[in-house]
Amino acid sequence: MTGNSILSPFNAVKYLFVKPKTIRYPFEPKEPAQRYRGFHVNDWEKCTGCGNCADICPNQAIQMIKMPELESKSGQKNERPRLDYGRCCFCGLCVDICPPGSLKLTRDYFHIHFDPKTFVFIPKDQKTEPGKYMSAEDYSVLKASLSHRKKDYEGFVSDLKFALFEPDRVTMPMIDPDVRKLSFIEQVVGYNPEEAKKEASRCLECRLCEEACPAHLKISDYIQAIYEDKPEESLKKIYEDNPIPSICGRVCMAYCEQACSLSIRGEALSVRWLKRYAADTIKDFITALELKPGTSTGKKIAVIGAGPGGLSVAYFLRLKGHEVNVYDALPGGGGTMRTGPPVYRLPLESIDKDVNYIRSLGVEFIFNTRIGKDVFFEDLLKEYDAVFLGTGNTKSRSTKVKNYEKCELAFDFLSDNKIGKQRKVGKEIIVIGGGNVALDVAREALRLQNIQYPGENIAVKTVSLEDWHEMPATKEEIEEAKEEKIQFNPAWGPKEVVLDNDGNVKGLLCKKVKSVFDKEGRFAPTFYEENEMFLEGDMIIEAVGQAPDFSFIPENLFEKLEFTERKKVKVDEKGMTSIRKVFAGGDIVNVNLDAVTAIADAKVASVGIDAFLSGK
Amino acid sequence: MRELELYFGPQHLGMVGNFSITLNVEGDRIVKATANPGFLHRGFEKLMEQRTWIQNFPLVCRINVVEPDHMELMYAMAVEKLAGIEVPERARFIRSIYLELARIGSHLFGLWAYANMLGFDTVANWAMYHRDLVLDLFEELTGGRVYHIYIWPGGVRRDFPEGFKDRIINTLHTIGSCVPDYDNTFFNNRVFYKRAKNIGKITCEEAKRMGAVGQVLRATGMKQDIRKTEPYAAYDQVDWEIPVRTDGDAYSRIWVVRDEMIESVHMIFKLLDKMPEGEVYNKIPNPFKWKIPDKDAYVRCESSRGELGLYLVSNGGDKPYRAHFRTPSYNHGLTILEKALENESIADVGNIMISLYITAPEIDR
Repeated sequence: MTGNSILSPFNAVKYLFVKPKTIRYPFEPKEPAQRYRGFHVNDWEKCTGCGNCADICPNQAIQMIKMPELESKSGQKNERPRLDYGRCCFCGLCVDICPPGSLKLTRDYFHIHFDPKTFVFIPKDQKTEPGKYMSAEDYSVLKASLSHRKKDYEGFVSDLKFALFEPDRVTMPMIDPDVRKLSFIEQVVGYNPEEAKKEASRCLECRLCEEACPAHLKISDYIQAIYEDKPEESLKKIYEDNPIPSICGRVCMAYCEQACSLSIRGEALSVRWLKRYAADTIKDFITALELKPGTSTGKKIAVIGAGPGGLSVAYFLRLKGHEVNVYDALPGGGGTMRTGPPVYRLPLESIDKDVNYIRSLGVEFIFNTRIGKDVFFEDLLKEYDAVFLGTGNTKSRSTKVKNYEKCELAFDFLSDNKIGKQRKVGKEIIVIGGGNVALDVAREALRLQNIQYPGENIAVKTVSLEDWHEMPATKEEIEEAKEEKIQFNPAWGPKEVVLDNDGNVKGLLCKKVKSVFDKEGRFAPTFYEENEMFLEGDMIIEAVGQAPDFSFIPENLFEKLEFTERKKVKVDEKGMTSIRKVFAGGDIVNVNLDAVTAIADAKVASVGIDAFLSGK
Repeated sequence: MRELELYFGPQHLGMVGNFSITLNVEGDRIVKATANPGFLHRGFEKLMEQRTWIQNFPLVCRINVVEPDHMELMYAMAVEKLAGIEVPERARFIRSIYLELARIGSHLFGLWAYANMLGFDTVANWAMYHRDLVLDLFEELTGGRVYHIYIWPGGVRRDFPEGFKDRIINTLHTIGSCVPDYDNTFFNNRVFYKRAKNIGKITCEEAKRMGAVGQVLRATGMKQDIRKTEPYAAYDQVDWEIPVRTDGDAYSRIWVVRDEMIESVHMIFKLLDKMPEGEVYNKIPNPFKWKIPDKDAYVRCESSRGELGLYLVSNGGDKPYRAHFRTPSYNHGLTILEKALENESIADVGNIMISLYITAPEIDR
């Protein structure tokens, strides 16, 4: 073998004169790399307590611990992860699955202690526990431990590109804004099975949504059923808590989506559209659901109002075997859902699908019957074992500014267009209000204009007290209205309806808003009176709130009916009002004024009524 | 002469790990060697059946302490094959670069063990230092020094940090500049030549018959490398040579290792030049709902000790139904070691064992 010299190894002697490479640690520092996977920190303000870190941990090193000092609210559990460093392998999966990105690994890695219990700890960060995090001058590697750590020493942190969840939702196919504003075609097309499965696959099963939902639907379960391609199973799960999925799948306020942990850094799971998918995919609810009314109890209950609350109470009580009669002044079920949300959001067929299913269970509907006129409230009280009031808000409020009587009211406008005769509209419409109803009105008016004045110059303007950030309408709705070129005038209040010489509407004089809410957060608008703006328009519609109508209750009984501070009907924990036998729910009871809260009220009331009737 | 039974390991300075050999000796000559594995059995393959697809990803690297990276690759490749996940082009290059760095690190570690065993402490310390430089690169790229937990199904876990390319080049230049010193002090050292030449000799026929892989096979003259025959990652994107020796003894084996390291350095330079821009990770499905269709897959790669394989079976669930690793040290440590030790001297047991590159954690899993 060539080169095998006996002398060549002595070449290495030169290294005697080279400085040693070994670092005299810890006296000479060696910084861990930028991405080092060391001890955890957790930003408690961002952490939602969703528990995904605990679920993914391969070593079960993470446990969710209840923190009594924290408040449990929508999208927030009062739990925080606890780490066991006897188990942790520092793989960082918990970081990659963390939806808010609050859990991070730092570059600290020293902890020496006689007490093994100190190796189990609840990570916080330097904002919450400043005493444990030292600045570079105070930090000494000789003292390094879980309670002596370096400040701003983040290592392996979450990166959305490499996250283990999908932050973007499957885009819901929508009719193009320029097309949809020409007619009342339903704007949302709906997911096809593949899209629904893909969207359902994003759910991390943390169940924050279920706590946020007023009716506590088993969201994770029905999403999982959709993911497994079993829409029947999904619908069955939904019907355990919500008997109007076709309606809620379209117009629910979706508190679940606001609470969704995916929404923090990405888009929330489309819980509502998935519910709609389950309800729309199943053509025949009766065979799919296989529900039977309970064995007859011989008790009779009257439900006044076939809105979401009334329908739900009827459904739940019918399943318990009671006989239920539902009275409503309208020619069909749905209540506000029938008259309010325009057809492009909620078609009548969808409402009827839900109502017909409840009817198929044996609930009797008595439509076109107004209480206090066709049937009397006191007769119902005599005839039935219990009465449920789900009459809702049926009257529109007015701004009462000068010449307000020349304005249209939102409810009448919407209701006429949906179930009555279509209104003749102006070419330049002003809508007062910044809520969802105002936008419904504005967008419906736009469609009517397009139908009545094709090709002509038309405009819809909205005026709202609230500025963009405080506008009560949902972001989605505002976005869609903007796409349809509805003009917004936020932070302006109406001052006077201006009339021309013939007494016709010429426009609206507005004043600039100073603030909408007072220090306690109550509605108390203040204005810069001199800062004015004039909006031209030939039709003004007021959509500034709704009020209940209790005129059907005779005076002697109405006196007994107690109200809360917020002018809501007072009910006890069983849903019973201050009048015996009379229960209530929905918009007349809660302040949320939406369908799913009415369902939640109905669940309470149905349990209450059942207990009341069986003498428990 | 009387035949004695001698226990070599597991508590023995010259042992490669938790592993032992029972030697039947006559004087200094070994008559028969029997390998005794089983001291390091941790039940990984069974454990994998209890964990979801993503939870196995931080687990598999722990099967082999010396070189966790190829284990990660095997798992990722098997899952990708089962679930039909594509790997982006850039991620393939990163994988190749990362695996070659791992090969260099693992070979340097082996060199340390070998030099140390033969008493070449100077070289051993150099090798350990240079391995540490490679570990620094890993730390920067992945956040871990030994268990990198980096290659996962769908690509790699993070992209190169800023300026990382230059630091790879710098480190490799630092190591490369010491090759003449290594050669002079170790590979071309007459003492080493005398100790390793014609020791633990295996012919090409024997090697093939007993299932030798990697440099044990290549040292007998067989040009066989999975990176060439069944290219994975980005190995088909650059030109490179398979280093081969023909003698089949310990000396040839360690020279194959040396040449392989140099080839790896060249390969990394070529890969860095050709590396495209782009994504490095295709998202895997939601780990909490991830189920893989009823299928099985066999994947293999060339780890630093030879062909490494993984047979992974799914029964349509959220966990593997069965996983089985085919590791190079299994054959080298059981059948080939027994053959290579026959008629050798007791003093050469450690020498031969390390030249076969046996790592105990791979034998027991």
